[in-house]
Amino acid sequence: MSTQVEHAEPSFFHKYMWSTDHKMIAKQYLFTGMVMAMIGGFLAYVFRMQQGFPNQYVPGFGLVTPGKYNAVVTMHGTIMIFWVAMPVLIAAFGNFLIPLMIGCDDMAFPRINRLSYQIFLLSAIVLLLSFLVKGGAFGGAWTAYPPLSSTGAYNLTPAGAVLWLLAVALEFVAFLLGGINFTVTVMNSRAPGMKMYDIPILVWMIVLASVLFMVSVGPLIAGAVLLLFDQTMSTGFYDPTRGGDPLLWQHLFWFFGHPEVYVVLLPAMGIVAEVVAVFARKKVFGYKTVLYTTWAVGFLSMVVWAHHQFVAGIDPRMANIFSITTLMISIPITEMVFLYIATLYGGSITLDTPMLWALGFIAEFLIGGVTGIFLGSSGTDIYLHDTYFLVAHFHYTFVPIAIISVFAGITFWYPKMFGRMLNETLGKIHFWGTVIPFNVIFIPLFITGTAGDQRRIYSYAQFAEQSRPALQHLRTTSTIALLVMLAFQFVFLFNFFWSLRNGKTAGDNPWRSTTLEWTVPSPPPHGNFAVLPTVYRGPYEYGLPGRADDFAPQNVPD
Amino acid sequence: MLERYLTAASTYAHSIDHLFILIAAIVGFWLIAAETIMFTLVFKFRAKNGRPTQYITGEEKHLKRWITIPHAMVLVCDVVIIIGAISVWYNIKQNMPVADETVRVIGQQWAWSFQQAGPDGVMDTPDDIRSVGELHVKINTTYHFELMSRDVVHSFAVPAFRLKQDALPGRTITGWFRPNRLGTYDIQCTQMCGLGHALMAGRIVVETPQDHAAWLMRNSNPAAAGLQALPASPPDGTLTLAEARR
Repeated sequence: MSTQVEHAEPSFFHKYMWSTDHKMIAKQYLFTGMVMAMIGGFLAYVFRMQQGFPNQYVPGFGLVTPGKYNAVVTMHGTIMIFWVAMPVLIAAFGNFLIPLMIGCDDMAFPRINRLSYQIFLLSAIVLLLSFLVKGGAFGGAWTAYPPLSSTGAYNLTPAGAVLWLLAVALEFVAFLLGGINFTVTVMNSRAPGMKMYDIPILVWMIVLASVLFMVSVGPLIAGAVLLLFDQTMSTGFYDPTRGGDPLLWQHLFWFFGHPEVYVVLLPAMGIVAEVVAVFARKKVFGYKTVLYTTWAVGFLSMVVWAHHQFVAGIDPRMANIFSITTLMISIPITEMVFLYIATLYGGSITLDTPMLWALGFIAEFLIGGVTGIFLGSSGTDIYLHDTYFLVAHFHYTFVPIAIISVFAGITFWYPKMFGRMLNETLGKIHFWGTVIPFNVIFIPLFITGTAGDQRRIYSYAQFAEQSRPALQHLRTTSTIALLVMLAFQFVFLFNFFWSLRNGKTAGDNPWRSTTLEWTVPSPPPHGNFAVLPTVYRGPYEYGLPGRADDFAPQNVPD
Repeated sequence: MLERYLTAASTYAHSIDHLFILIAAIVGFWLIAAETIMFTLVFKFRAKNGRPTQYITGEEKHLKRWITIPHAMVLVCDVVIIIGAISVWYNIKQNMPVADETVRVIGQQWAWSFQQAGPDGVMDTPDDIRSVGELHVKINTTYHFELMSRDVVHSFAVPAFRLKQDALPGRTITGWFRPNRLGTYDIQCTQMCGLGHALMAGRIVVETPQDHAAWLMRNSNPAAAGLQALPASPPDGTLTLAEARR
């Protein structure tokens, strides 16, 4: 299974749509994710305009009616989590990097891999089609609590609700296939000599995220089937008048929904670990401790779900248990962040664009982490639950995860993916133009949330306390900052496509990194390695004493 | 701290606010410490010609301390916050004080309606006062509320009381509040409940016992009760639509 196999130049369709090459599938996921991110960003623009400048014509969209507002908010959440964070962080980076980083020629199941992308694409199409059906897209929030989501007479979008659920279910199938593939590949196809503790942290993180996903998604798939029956066959699984229980869905949803946060967080932490090690020229501080904390996070994330339901009508005693587990999860997570910060100690740090993004991730994610404590502690959650404080909190976790770390990853591996360097100046403009407005968007929302602004409200006109002009100023500030942040994304798009042809040629190892993906040409040929590598050491051997160079690649013997 | 942003008008509002301040102080310390250390390290160990990077694995005892000691400190802070969180939670959600009065709160798409005993002081009698969108309560009186929903999941929230509880169809959830400040405060629905979610507003009027008695008398005529207690005029056409559905 080496590269000596001859390949005829495949047709366009076979090369771009029917490929089993992990690198092509990664790019398919990446570009689909980028397109979905633009749609999700546009939806954010629509509802932020309604928040900042209520009841005015939104350029490019029109007037935002309550029904449209609900649909836009619901779709923004659904798309950003399931069709941006998941495909880009897990599928794109996982597909591109796992075989390259562990030194093999492709995934264990290339055709399952292709099927996974095709189902994913189908799920995206089904989701987007739901905008066009009678009644419009589903507007019952991305959590889809029944009976609102199960009953057309309540949500008034019967077709949209069914399509939403089908799309999410298809997406789960795609990632189940992907997750099986990642796990099997890493367990079986590692280069000779690569022991468990020689695997790069990112690969570990993607595998653990996949395992976490596979463990937690089962109950939700069952729940989704029941919900589909309720929607289409008038069963009553969630209908209390017929012996059902709406809370059942909430448990099944959050049993998956909370681990899902860590499913996307772990790959992001992995990307940051790789980037920080390279640009600090340092071994990751306490490699094994990072893994132990990851396992602890993964385990604990399975037992915190009901902190989303403190005031949902569950037995109030349960809140105490889930408060404890939720606060406990802060221990491994802070430890992991401390280890990343400690990695900087004694390094030789350069601030290239990927490193700026990685440090930006740590700085911003810390804010997201500490504000979670207010919500995880049951007492304060009574007040802050479902306010903009919550919205600001999880955007301080999800934006670092799905935006900042993704940019760290793209700017770092772009040379390997496309063989050319991105423009550094444009990269830095894009970084500051994204991170500064990001804070200006969400810091005001912490304040409006603390002042009682409830979420998913298209107009505060009915609420005297929320109609105070000071709060409206904050909402408008937030909206203007979003416009600035979105505008700066065009700098990235220009840089991305311009550099495909005009960037400096990258060479095999532009960042002088140690892991295996940098030992092959950029972009890597079909089959990846001319000679499959053998691994002699761990992944982050920078500054080893007694060597001429400050880094020791994994595949070079002593 | 919270009161700078929103009035506190119930007895337990301040305990939530104090817990908020406790958490803000603890996590604020950690946030500032972590950010300061990170930026200091980035500055101090910036690449300089002729200064090689150090080879540190993170297994060295004297360096590992820098992780294990903060680790223990975070654990202690967590325990403090957990104790605070549970004690506040216990007093609001688990330990119900004896009720002076009881009100029934019913959520439906898209309005809050209320039922309380009329002048005879007994619930479910003909002189009961039913109102839509507006609830009148006496100051310094402990109320139990019986919360229910006629259709989807709603959430009964009174930000000035720091009160929030989801309403579930098919279930009656009991909670309590004790208003301690006169005034009119917003009632929100904080759970997505469909097209009219933003219209599902209400008001809670905290008044003196005399005013409350007068209000009771004005509305005690069973025939007039339903009408007079409606909000003066629906703010716009959509609420009337919701009304018409009923």
